[in-house]
Amino acid sequence: MPAQQVKFYQVGSFAVGNRLLSPDERTVQSTATRTNSLNSGHRACQGCGEALGARYALDAAMRATSRQMIAVNATGCLEVFSTPYPETSWQVPWIHSLFGNAPAVATGIAAAMRAKGREDVRVVGQGGDGGTVDIGFACLSGMFERNDDVLFICYDNEAYMNTGVQRSGATPPAVRTATTPAVGPHPGNPFGQGKNAPLIAMAHEIPYVATATVAGLHDLEYKVMQAMKVRGARYLHILVPCPLGWGSASCDTIKIARLAEQTGLFPVFEAVDGEVTSVSKIRRKAPVEDYLKLQARYAHLFKTPAGAQTVARLQRLADRNIARFGLQDSDDSPGAVKDQ
Amino acid sequence: MDKPFAITLDTGSSLANKTGSWRTERPVYVDLLPPCSNACPAGENIQQWLYHAEDTRSDHGGYEAAWRQIMLDNPFPAVMGRVCYRPCETACNRAQVDSAVGINSVERFLGDEAVKQGWTIPVTAAASGKRVLIVGAGPSGLSAAYHLTLLGHQVTITDSGPAAGGMMRYGIPAYRLPREILDAEIARLLAMGITLQPSTTITDLLAVMRDGSYNATFLAVGAQRGKRAYIPAGDSARIVDAVSMLHAMEGDDKPMLGRRVAVYGGGNTAMDAARTARRLGATDAVVVYRRTRDRMPAHDIEVEEALEEGVRMMWLSTITHADGGKLTIEKMKLDETGFPRPTGEFEELEADSVVLALGQEAELSLLDGVEGVQIEDGVVQVGSDLMTGHPGIFAGGDMIPAERTVTVAIGHGKKAARSIDAWLRGRALAGPGRRQIATADRLNSWYYSDAPQAVRPHLEMARRIGTFDEVVGGLDERTAQFEARRCLSCGNCFECDNCFGVCPDNAVVKLGPGERYQIDLDYCKGCGICASECPCGAIEMRPERI
Repeated sequence: MPAQQVKFYQVGSFAVGNRLLSPDERTVQSTATRTNSLNSGHRACQGCGEALGARYALDAAMRATSRQMIAVNATGCLEVFSTPYPETSWQVPWIHSLFGNAPAVATGIAAAMRAKGREDVRVVGQGGDGGTVDIGFACLSGMFERNDDVLFICYDNEAYMNTGVQRSGATPPAVRTATTPAVGPHPGNPFGQGKNAPLIAMAHEIPYVATATVAGLHDLEYKVMQAMKVRGARYLHILVPCPLGWGSASCDTIKIARLAEQTGLFPVFEAVDGEVTSVSKIRRKAPVEDYLKLQARYAHLFKTPAGAQTVARLQRLADRNIARFGLQDSDDSPGAVKDQ
Repeated sequence: MDKPFAITLDTGSSLANKTGSWRTERPVYVDLLPPCSNACPAGENIQQWLYHAEDTRSDHGGYEAAWRQIMLDNPFPAVMGRVCYRPCETACNRAQVDSAVGINSVERFLGDEAVKQGWTIPVTAAASGKRVLIVGAGPSGLSAAYHLTLLGHQVTITDSGPAAGGMMRYGIPAYRLPREILDAEIARLLAMGITLQPSTTITDLLAVMRDGSYNATFLAVGAQRGKRAYIPAGDSARIVDAVSMLHAMEGDDKPMLGRRVAVYGGGNTAMDAARTARRLGATDAVVVYRRTRDRMPAHDIEVEEALEEGVRMMWLSTITHADGGKLTIEKMKLDETGFPRPTGEFEELEADSVVLALGQEAELSLLDGVEGVQIEDGVVQVGSDLMTGHPGIFAGGDMIPAERTVTVAIGHGKKAARSIDAWLRGRALAGPGRRQIATADRLNSWYYSDAPQAVRPHLEMARRIGTFDEVVGGLDERTAQFEARRCLSCGNCFECDNCFGVCPDNAVVKLGPGERYQIDLDYCKGCGICASECPCGAIEMRPERI
């Protein structure tokens, strides 16, 4: 976790920067000299969490590698909205091949760099949840098991947003998507399906696996920095709310990401060599309703009595995460923060 | 055609795509009035001086800049930091996050620092050639004198007492306001070129104005006379009023009250009298009040400190008779309107003396024969500019209808100085033009880390009761800075970089230290994340005209 010792209390370490901090204590995003890896003029929707997450992560990776970095992108929203021919929003070396082969392309570039003796140039692969947990999964797993020197980042917005909000293997239960409509006795995405990519990545016992959200910038940048300190296969899974696909207000993107973490629905942790080494504790615990009610994809849960039972079931999922990852210290006073 | 195979367009940056045209709302940076400043009777720009106090690197403001910011509105930071009832802290939005910012304790630290370092305020205004008479050297008169001097006028203050300070000296006990602090702040103020005429009681105001060729007068005589209540009493009953008793504390002959003292009344003066009695050796100091604690006009801190010092409280009680060291107390009952009614039940209370703390009234005989001045309910009526019905005569402090506290009086002094200046120069006073208040619902408190209020040290109990040493201690430098940094900066940008960081479109331009930010409307899509993630509510979304 970010071990930043702040000596002032006005905003603690939760805001992006602060005039009272010395420049080397501020986030990459607070500096006017950040790379802006993803530049203005991209065609992402208003309030896009993925555009934000991608800039956060790649700017941090650029700082960590002293700008010696190549990014490989899977097909998806991020690729489409950033590079409509002949324009590009990328201010980093960037390549796109296919939907399913981004981890393999990244592996290839890393091998080429090694062959050329340019091991100072690091490779970051990135894609959405579809390109990562579904279509690109075989290549990703291969990259992990070979321990190729690639950081792969999944920007998880929990469905195929680019093609019209279809369900993916990362779509949570009860969510309404174009392919899991809110009809019938069990509306929305069924319980008990899908996969947890970070835990699968950990099962490969790769050197570094972490999760983050766009609501925790300090934490996210810290994890990118940590990941770039290590050689070998690394995986970072970032939750990026999607106003269009989730049916939320564009101004609520960060608030929703924060609630995903504070409800326990999205555990934020890091794992080294397959073992969880630290978790971000819940600072202001919130019931899952607070998170669900901001999103039209869950609206059907608040219209029927059966919906209330589903909400309770989702709460149990959150509670299970809290217990499983130890997201709350029992002796914590409310609001206590240990590691941020 | 010199393009490669299958390429028809030149490559380019997405900067060609001005996504600002998508926008239906635009973010606008605003500056709102923080609730602390809104609540401050002296009109201090509290947030601004806390801002200076947060950063003590040289060339970054620091304590001296913070102190000078206070001095723009209030010439008594060290006094205020001790005796103000802190309406700012009651209004502070931080109370809804954890606990209010200890504004008062930081103010005291800055005030004490100024006294220690000998900081002074230079008079830079050109002399106006106008002379202003101020009657009464209490907080209101001194404050007016200070501001009028800074505005270039020649000021003379008269006071009937032997030393300046008014109720700060003759009303507030030394354990709350040490006299060396009061003396230091008054001396600094008088050294700015203000003439003080102590022990001067004015009887014919118009004559004094004419003889001294004063162009304007500010009356600030206060409310120095304790109200009496009729208590049937035998010959041996000892009854004094609290104002005279507290006044006598400044002289050589301390009041003789005996071992058992009853204080009649429920205001701050009653608390001061009871706590003073304890320090003078009373083993039993009892406050007799006809209503209940929650209806007491005394401020909670004072009641608490009095109780800590062993002052007893008798609620719902009136004194009906006093004689021979015994009081007859009648128990009261509140009726449905909250008014206390006698019950016919009596009890006895042993008391060597009774101190009446039943409120004060103004002694206004100097206004006899002054045309146009209206007096109602024992106080002088003034307009919004604090001018009485007599042109050129202004009034403020306890002698006009207002809450009677030092801070309110200091605020009156500032306001009167501005009105008098405008009047002397024949200008209209600029309207107040109040900004919208930065309410707690505008804040995004997530970004403020949890930091409870720093506690001021209190004198140990044994020394509190036996001596007049100051009860509440000050903060040291580290705690003062910690406390200043707890300020949320409600409604005003403090450059936390959040908007700059959270924009998915890089449409916030950082202008550099002290210059804040600017929205790049070519690319801002109007998502509103910057506004909702601004910790202090300094960004508003406003609809575009489409």
